Amino acid sequence: MAAESKPLTDLPLGGAGVVAEIRVLPEHKPRLMEMGLLVGTPVELVRFAPMGDPVEIKVRGYHLTLRRSDASLVFVK
Amino acid sequence: MSPSAPTHGAGAKSGRVALPYVALTGNPNCGKTTVFNALTGMRARVGNYAGVTVERKEGRLLGKSGESPVVILDLPGTYSLSPQSLDEQVSRDVMFHRLKDVPAPQLVVVVVDASNLQRNLYYATQVIELGYPTLVVLNMMDVAVENGHEIDPEQLSSALGAPVLPVVASKGQGIPELKRRIRDAAKAGTRRTIPRTFCELPEAFGREIETVSAALQKQFPQRHTSADAEALLVLTDEKLLAKNADHYSDTIVRAVTDARKRLEAAGADWRSVAIEARYARVAAIQQAVTTEAPPPGENFSDRVDRIVTHKWWGSLIFVGIMFLMFESIFWLAGYPMHAIEWAQGKLGNWVGGMIPPGDLHSLLVDGVIKGAGAVVIFLPQIILLFLFIALLEDTGYMSRAAFLMDRVMSRVGLHGKSFIPMLSSFACAIPGIMATRTIESPKDRLATILVAPLMSCSARLPVYTLLIGACIPGMNFLGIFNLRGLTMLAMYLLGIVGAMGMAWVFKRSILKGEPPMLIMELAPYKRPLVSVVLRHMWDRSRMFLKRAGTVILGINIILWFLATYPKSTEINTKFETQRLAAAQSVLPDVSAINLGQKLDALRTKFTADQAVTNVAEAALVETLSGLDHAKAGELLRYSFAGRMGLAIEPLIKPLGYDWKIGIGIIGSFAAREVFVSTMSTVYNLGGDDSEEGMSTLEDTLKSQTRPDGTVVYTPLLAVSLMVFYVFALQCVSTVAVVRRETNSWKWPLFQWAYMLVLAWGLAFITYQGGRLLGWQ
Repeated sequence: MAAESKPLTDLPLGGAGVVAEIRVLPEHKPRLMEMGLLVGTPVELVRFAPMGDPVEIKVRGYHLTLRRSDASLVFVK
Repeated sequence: MSPSAPTHGAGAKSGRVALPYVALTGNPNCGKTTVFNALTGMRARVGNYAGVTVERKEGRLLGKSGESPVVILDLPGTYSLSPQSLDEQVSRDVMFHRLKDVPAPQLVVVVVDASNLQRNLYYATQVIELGYPTLVVLNMMDVAVENGHEIDPEQLSSALGAPVLPVVASKGQGIPELKRRIRDAAKAGTRRTIPRTFCELPEAFGREIETVSAALQKQFPQRHTSADAEALLVLTDEKLLAKNADHYSDTIVRAVTDARKRLEAAGADWRSVAIEARYARVAAIQQAVTTEAPPPGENFSDRVDRIVTHKWWGSLIFVGIMFLMFESIFWLAGYPMHAIEWAQGKLGNWVGGMIPPGDLHSLLVDGVIKGAGAVVIFLPQIILLFLFIALLEDTGYMSRAAFLMDRVMSRVGLHGKSFIPMLSSFACAIPGIMATRTIESPKDRLATILVAPLMSCSARLPVYTLLIGACIPGMNFLGIFNLRGLTMLAMYLLGIVGAMGMAWVFKRSILKGEPPMLIMELAPYKRPLVSVVLRHMWDRSRMFLKRAGTVILGINIILWFLATYPKSTEINTKFETQRLAAAQSVLPDVSAINLGQKLDALRTKFTADQAVTNVAEAALVETLSGLDHAKAGELLRYSFAGRMGLAIEPLIKPLGYDWKIGIGIIGSFAAREVFVSTMSTVYNLGGDDSEEGMSTLEDTLKSQTRPDGTVVYTPLLAVSLMVFYVFALQCVSTVAVVRRETNSWKWPLFQWAYMLVLAWGLAFITYQGGRLLGWQ
């Protein structure tokens, strides 16, 4: 299971996946989850900002921005 | 520049909410402010919560006269009851009835964005669990339908166990019904119900909550109905106990610590269990009450974002918007500014003609009309600047700007959210500094506060405009670039570079910390409501004029006084003797008694027809105006202001400034724009418009010479002076707001000092370096 999951940032633009694991620091994790990003939540990679960072994702029907470094710790299937 | 509304209301009395009041709460971007405006008619009173710096916004429910008044308290938008920022913390504290000056609400109105139901319900269910009478307002129903979500309010109501009212606040739909419901609830009084829970937790977890809840009820008996909800938060929010150590008794702290240990031993993750359980329940509710139409594909916001945040177009549009904003401030505002200048000149002449020469004449013309008028002229620019900021905020572009700029901000250790306060600071550092409350990390927030006043605010505009107009030649490059425009742009850029550089320094020294996590919502674009934008501009203009009419006028009158007194009979006599001597050498039968008459006759003759005047008489007129000038100069030097200017001259001489500019700098430590009016007062008292009447201040500056005959206001001096104004913290209001926001004198004093050192140092380098390079 873990073998086939990959960082959210590795999705193709417009690609979708389901969150498999969140490896961000424990103190950052609750807010990320409160914003609706939970294990089992479908996410879509929308785009990267013009300078390559941050990243825009779509989760539970709305758009959210994360730094690339944090988003890459969210693993999807 | 001008303090914004919240500062004005800072004195709002605490413990005043005696009327029945309704708390309005909800996620950011759910349209809560629109609901608030619709309910109160935008007549908000803005004040502060006692002891905390977050602004407290409240208004009275609109209604017919005779109906009992109801107060609506608008809480800052929040995503959950586990706060990450200062704003969210206040919402939590009010909801938990923790603030001394805010009693429990009669009713909680929780606004829910129908087009983003799951995340909004996450917070709404947290609020419902608190057990207050709660009304769920389902806002933006139209957007939800557009996006293909058909929501059944009745079903939602039974799932939530609270009444649900669908509205479209931006169009006023459902607002009368909402008002009626609020009124009914206010009449009924506070009845707290036995709260329900939306988290189905494992049994072990439930038991721990009971233990903590019992301890909480013991310590806070008055909050017993929300004890379960609070227990859940205390147990699952890691920061809560750490940050509120003195709020909870040792018994509770120990109970929580033990409970967490037991949960960990049982393999339960106490940080995330509740969030997962709530989202599971909320998602189930959302699916049960929503009928999904076939997805409409891209909506309007998606299509706009495709371009606005596009790799190339996005950056181009961002630069374009910034360019348009500044271009219109300098070009478009020019027309009304000329009109104001003209009207003010007329007024000065008219008043001047009515009042005989003397101190009153001088006070009204030089002190009041020219002084305050010199500042009022900038009203059009300030209106435009605030129009742009309001539009960027209300449309939702600001968060895109933060998205685009995050990479740049991350280079200096901040994140994109710091960009918004910094952009607002172009208008005024005060709303900018208050906008930092949404920044989660205290160190980042402080770093942003410390550098925000380096962004050139609208109070610097008058100073830049005056100096550039007087000293920088209006040359064109390549047909489109004007040297004056470029100089202005350079000053703004210098402020930005300074702010970024200092943020970098602070984040690497005194405010070192972990790079913060960026979690920011990109809310759908909205059409800004014209009435709201106009209201915003009106408030700003009124505040600016009020300030020009009170603080700045007051400072001007004081400065006029300082520049006029004490008078010296010695200097007067000396120049009177010289005038007489000069006149007697040319005109026959002149005495001290008829000197004035004779000279008036000569002047009339001279202006009427210069050809008939003989050379000696023409030379006399010249000599006499030279004498007047010298006399005014000596009187100014003798005055209090002159002495102050002379006292600091040694400090500012290395920067290229003389004592007269010193007077301007002293005056503008209260507020930067005072520089302009001070210069106006100083030079008019310095006797430069004796013949040509009201000359413009720019022309007056151009004609100033040093004792050796060289021009005072050279381009190099102007640049050095502007550099000083870019960096120095010359604004009492900013110092006051930083003191309030940081709750100490340490930071505002530090900020004032570091900015002054930077200002002096960089102005020194500019002036001395420029001279070494042979510039003037």
